[in-house]
Amino acid sequence: MRYHTPTSFTDAAAIAARATGTLRFLAGGTDVLVQMRAGMVQPDDLIDLKHIPGVDKIEQTPDGGWKIGIAVPGIVLGGHAALVRDWPGVVEGMNLVGSTQVQGRATLAGNLCNGSPAADSVPGLIAAGAMVTVTGPSGSRDIPVEAVPAGPGKTNLAKGEVISSITLPPRGKNGGDAYLRFIPRTEMDIAVVGCAVSLRLDGDKIVEARVALGAVAPTVLLSEACAKAIIGTTLDDAALAALTKAAEGAAKPISDKRGTKEFRIEVAGVLARRAAKIAYDRAKGLTK
Amino acid sequence: MSRSEVLRATGPTASASMDVKIGMKKDGTITAGQIFFRMQGGAFPGMSPIGEALPCAFACYDIPALKHEAVEVIANRPKAAAYRAPGSPMAAFAVESMVDEMCRELKLDPIEVRLKNGAKNGSKSSYGPIYTMIGLQETLEAAKAHPNYAIPLGPNQGRGVASGFWFNHGGETSVSLAVGEDGTATVMIGTPDIGGSRASIGLMVAETLGIPYEDVRVNVVETGALGVNEPTHGSRATFASGKAAVEAARQAIAEMCRRAAADWGIDADAVEWKDGAAHPAGPNAGKHPPMTIGEIGAKMGSTGGPISGHHEVTAGGYGASFGTHVVDVEVDPETGRTTVIRYLVVQDAGTAIHPAYVEGQYQGGAAQGIGWALNEEYVYGTDGRLQNPVFLDYRIPVASDLPMIDTVIIEVPNPGHPYGVRGVGETGITPPLPAIAAAIAGATGARIRSLPCTPPKVLAAIKALRG
Ligand SMILES: Cc1cc2nc3c(=O)[nH]c(=O)nc-3n(C[C@H](O)[C@H](O)[C@H](O)COP(=O)(O)OP(=O)(O)OC[C@H]3O[C@@H](n4cnc5c(N)ncnc54)[C@H](O)[C@@H]3O)c2cc1C
Repeated sequence: MRYHTPTSFTDAAAIAARATGTLRFLAGGTDVLVQMRAGMVQPDDLIDLKHIPGVDKIEQTPDGGWKIGIAVPGIVLGGHAALVRDWPGVVEGMNLVGSTQVQGRATLAGNLCNGSPAADSVPGLIAAGAMVTVTGPSGSRDIPVEAVPAGPGKTNLAKGEVISSITLPPRGKNGGDAYLRFIPRTEMDIAVVGCAVSLRLDGDKIVEARVALGAVAPTVLLSEACAKAIIGTTLDDAALAALTKAAEGAAKPISDKRGTKEFRIEVAGVLARRAAKIAYDRAKGLTK
Repeated sequence: MSRSEVLRATGPTASASMDVKIGMKKDGTITAGQIFFRMQGGAFPGMSPIGEALPCAFACYDIPALKHEAVEVIANRPKAAAYRAPGSPMAAFAVESMVDEMCRELKLDPIEVRLKNGAKNGSKSSYGPIYTMIGLQETLEAAKAHPNYAIPLGPNQGRGVASGFWFNHGGETSVSLAVGEDGTATVMIGTPDIGGSRASIGLMVAETLGIPYEDVRVNVVETGALGVNEPTHGSRATFASGKAAVEAARQAIAEMCRRAAADWGIDADAVEWKDGAAHPAGPNAGKHPPMTIGEIGAKMGSTGGPISGHHEVTAGGYGASFGTHVVDVEVDPETGRTTVIRYLVVQDAGTAIHPAYVEGQYQGGAAQGIGWALNEEYVYGTDGRLQNPVFLDYRIPVASDLPMIDTVIIEVPNPGHPYGVRGVGETGITPPLPAIAAAIAGATGARIRSLPCTPPKVLAAIKALRG
């Protein structure tokens, strides 16, 4: 195995483009090192991204959004008061990952690129409308987070491409988001279902909404139907019922050792309802 | 072995299915009981604990008419292995769930019904022998009197009660004890310490010798260093190794009394041992200052050589331990997820030599039983292979899943042990299975008849009830 420590994303992309065998990037390593130890993957090239200046920074963008370095671990996100104020749902998703020890290393980019449909930070990012900057051999482009996952363990990134930063849009006024996952225990489980809702209010009425569902399809889903079910409403009982139906309809899960298809469909509806209520209360400033 | 190999190859407990029939009068009197159990322990006969499950099934009750039947099922599955109180939890799940169902149907208090029908001193046990000294009734009375039993329940909460039993065991046991030149004692035992047995044995030896606990060292030694010892199983270590250690200490005491007698020029019979020293037994023995274990040890080389004690026995006299658990759960009606909010273990220890370790066994048994009741499960694919051989998917409870597990130690001394010890290791895993299913029934109205009570299963049962 060749271990690389490039100091720019351009160099990282160039090394990745040249690589012929199995390639992995190393962010926090909480997926990749575990997979190596378990013998699931033996990279020929391992490119450590943490030597690139700025990867550990969280910065406010000129328009009021947030640019998050790809090596910022969960615990730093959770400790960033202004970011938590703007995007509590994004941060709570990431903070559900693993334990305190894992939080010290695990990153948003790693969670996204590991490609698990159950990744806990991804629904929140998608609901928030987050973008990633992808740097490749021929330059950089910005794509929405939902365009990254391709299926379990797979991304749509081309050979030589690396995510160089994550950007959250400006939260603006009267917005709120939330993420909930269902696990049978309190810790150390993989989401059986996950759901994130981000919305904006005008008075009591929802004027913008994005709803993402995790662990109910090969990739995290962005559900237009769920958003439509609550936009224009005050999240009254009829809206919650419509959202439940939409989430159940959007969910296309399989049965496996972690949960049955029927159960996942039903719980998708429950979590959508509950996450929407939390996001709504946050948008109203009633809760944090 | 890797964790995954351990889960795949060292053996789960047996799989089981049970039929139970109980006759109960409106006042809660149980008139008859009948069971038919099926247990599967892998490809070889005799690997399932069917022989334990049957006698455990009605062990908590005094019922005039009983019928026990069972079959063992052979299948191409991993061989079963002994798992804490083998057979008893499944038996309790069936019988105690049935009793609970009847109590709810007849609107009777589940503790009162158990007090009424429960085994007492003098009862003929369901498996034959007469119980001479047991503590089931005491556990029921203490559970009834405990504040947890009176706490009002909130919405979606339910309370479950169940009792449990384990025979305990004696078995082949060999223990040696050596007196040191400094007056300390070293005990050699052959039962590995899996929960505090060395400390308990040390305390009993210290008590017998009349010396401080700090002056006793208990070592678990290798197989050939003693006579044959059965392993630490059947909740026997503190009982059997403790009993043999006390006998070994008594032998050493007899020898130390002889050394003192020789020194004093009196009969060994005229010497008694107390407070860590030989004393003249009475005025006729003459006036001699006490001779301590330290003094005797210091000169043992010139008074007859090393002083030791040794005892080997197939230990009898073990006494059953009964327990009663009370659990409160809250069930999320929309997801079927169960949270244990309160848990009480009441169990008869005989004598709790080391109460903190006894409590540890009670809490450990409850935690393990809660895992079995709620989420632990071997998931086999259609190819017959285990699909969840990692702790990520074989869901044992994590610390944050459990409330503080309250304990009450009942002490009804076992007459078959010098200090009244019963085993306490296994009974505790038995009541959680039916107690939690009963609590879920209380919270939701839905009776779960197969374990674990996973969220999908509980949710489906709640929905079926709603129609
Ligand atoms: C004990 C434990 C508990 C866990 N619990 C959870 C949980 O509850 N929820 C959950 O979702 N996950 C969980 N995980 C998985 C893991 O911690 C997360 O997926 C984490 O966010 C991965 O981030 P990382 O920085 O450690 O990724 P790494 O291991 O460094 O990388 C993961 C993958 O992403 C790729 N990659 C990393 N950075 C980039 C980049 N910038 N551009 C392109 N590709 C990149 C790598 O090539 C690799 O394939 C757990 C892991 C452990 C060990």
